[in-house]
Amino acid sequence: MADMTVAEIRALITNHKRWDLIFATVGVLALMVGVLTFVALFAGMVMDGAHRLSWDFFANFPSRRAENAGILSAWVGSTLVMLVTAVTAIPVGVAGAVYLEEYAAKNWMTDIIEINVTNLAGVPSIIYGLLALGLFVYKFGFGQSILSAGLTLALLILPVVIVATREAIRSIPGVIREGAYALGATKWQTTADHILPYSLPGILTGVIIGLARAIGETAPIITIGALTFIAFLPPAPFAGDPPAGAFDWLFAPFTVMPIQMFNWTSRPEAAFHQNAAAAGLVLVVMTLSMNALAIYIRYRLRKNIKW
Amino acid sequence: MSSVATIRTLNPLADHTVSARLAKKQTRHIREQLIEGMLFLAASVSVVVTIGIVLILLTESYQFFQHVSLVDFLTDKQWTPLFDDAHYGIMVLLSGTLVSSFVALAVAIPLGTMIAIYLSEFAPFAVREIAKPFLELLGGVPTIVYGYFALLYVTPALQFFFPGLPGFNLLSAGLVMGIMIIPYISSVSEDAMRAVPMAMREGSYAMGATRFQTAVRVVTPAAFSGLAAAYILGISRAVGETMIVAVAAGMQPNLTWNPAEPAATITAYIVQVALGDLPHGSIGYQTIFAAGLTLMLLTLFFNVVGHLMKRRFRQVY
Repeated sequence: MADMTVAEIRALITNHKRWDLIFATVGVLALMVGVLTFVALFAGMVMDGAHRLSWDFFANFPSRRAENAGILSAWVGSTLVMLVTAVTAIPVGVAGAVYLEEYAAKNWMTDIIEINVTNLAGVPSIIYGLLALGLFVYKFGFGQSILSAGLTLALLILPVVIVATREAIRSIPGVIREGAYALGATKWQTTADHILPYSLPGILTGVIIGLARAIGETAPIITIGALTFIAFLPPAPFAGDPPAGAFDWLFAPFTVMPIQMFNWTSRPEAAFHQNAAAAGLVLVVMTLSMNALAIYIRYRLRKNIKW
Repeated sequence: MSSVATIRTLNPLADHTVSARLAKKQTRHIREQLIEGMLFLAASVSVVVTIGIVLILLTESYQFFQHVSLVDFLTDKQWTPLFDDAHYGIMVLLSGTLVSSFVALAVAIPLGTMIAIYLSEFAPFAVREIAKPFLELLGGVPTIVYGYFALLYVTPALQFFFPGLPGFNLLSAGLVMGIMIIPYISSVSEDAMRAVPMAMREGSYAMGATRFQTAVRVVTPAAFSGLAAAYILGISRAVGETMIVAVAAGMQPNLTWNPAEPAATITAYIVQVALGDLPHGSIGYQTIFAAGLTLMLLTLFFNVVGHLMKRRFRQVY
């Protein structure tokens, strides 16, 4: 080092700085691979599928003739399945998270539950499909129904809801709880009146991200044996004779958006591929706007709340 | 108000009010206990799900292994469970899964790591604020859409360069799967890098290191256990990914290590069987559970390796 001239040291520094620049460029390029792929994917689907998007496309059943086919049964099915998923996953997930954050004692049982939640998030989605096939479809006798599918997806997004809720609850400072206890509130009063309302935006973020994931999930629903060609709607909720008839729709066969798209994609005719592109466009816009909403809520949250 | 109430409860002449107040507290206590019990039940659902998965996979696979010996399952070079001449060699499906995952990781690990280093160490604040949510959106695109993209855009594009490439192939499925996995790897890696204390970077800069030297020689090694976790997450995603390979790689079982060939993965096979109409309890029905068990063990294996690596390279600051 000592015998280097100033010029040599300068050259060394310039050389090292050049590496900075090279890597920054490479980083931007790597980022661009992701961005450009997405742009290509979206643009391709718009070019192929946009002309198919019309009122009829949403109001028609699938058909043998590509130009008459639509996604009516698919979006109705998706909506009903999401309803079942939301009604199951939100209460169970939020309650589980509240237990782990506010109630659970530090013991081996809590440890087991925590490790479980982490591991469940890494289980491939198709495994949930196999669980549902064995358990819901055959053991419980729900059949290949909206109920089976909704419950399957609820189990799938449970870890997402639990993790998001726990993070939201954890960010609430302890003084809030101490204040409530000081006024004589019980643990549940503290939780219901303070912890849950304050963590609502965080919970909402997790729920929306979870539902966005569930709506695009195909593999577990195929595994439980959802039909790919459905040209009728499930019975309208509460249309049958109450009490039993009101829930007929839960046990109806169904199809969902991603399965409809899969069906069209796997046909050889190009006309059906255009339908697949249109269905994909609807699906992408739906999941992306849900995700964007979640990101926006989180952004607002970060900006507004200063404890 | 409350002081009046206290005086009243201390008054021996008003005994009945004391007991009434105590009784009320009792119900309050019971209600609290009930609520805690219900919350505990909700939390245990996750454990029940895990037990359910293990039980279902094991019982159905047990039935399967009554018909097929484990040795055949592991060594047979054909997978034709639905033919008259039935063979049950899981290696065939495993090869498809491993090849497509390898291609995906060859794309996702370098790109994901570079994006993470760039976002954590190089990118200006504004770029990071835009790029992070965008990557998150990329991870939210349904996989069936990626499958459509792989089959109808990437494969024709690849065929332009390699004219002999078949319409279904592991290469295009793997490439698109890699793009899909990038956000998972980059976001976990970036979190790990940002968790490296600032003092270590400052020390490095104080010694005259450049940004690149600091990123590669100080931050990356320090964050290695986090990077390992990110890679393991990526591997789990790749191995369990279903729709991209089911759509773009074809569903023909094919023992191959060549990504340019069509082949079925474990997941694609499960989809193929589920699309057909196999009677409950038949050997064909049981094969998908045996395949599922293999998939589960594969994911478990990678997770255990990841856990050990994390422990081995864990740095505590």
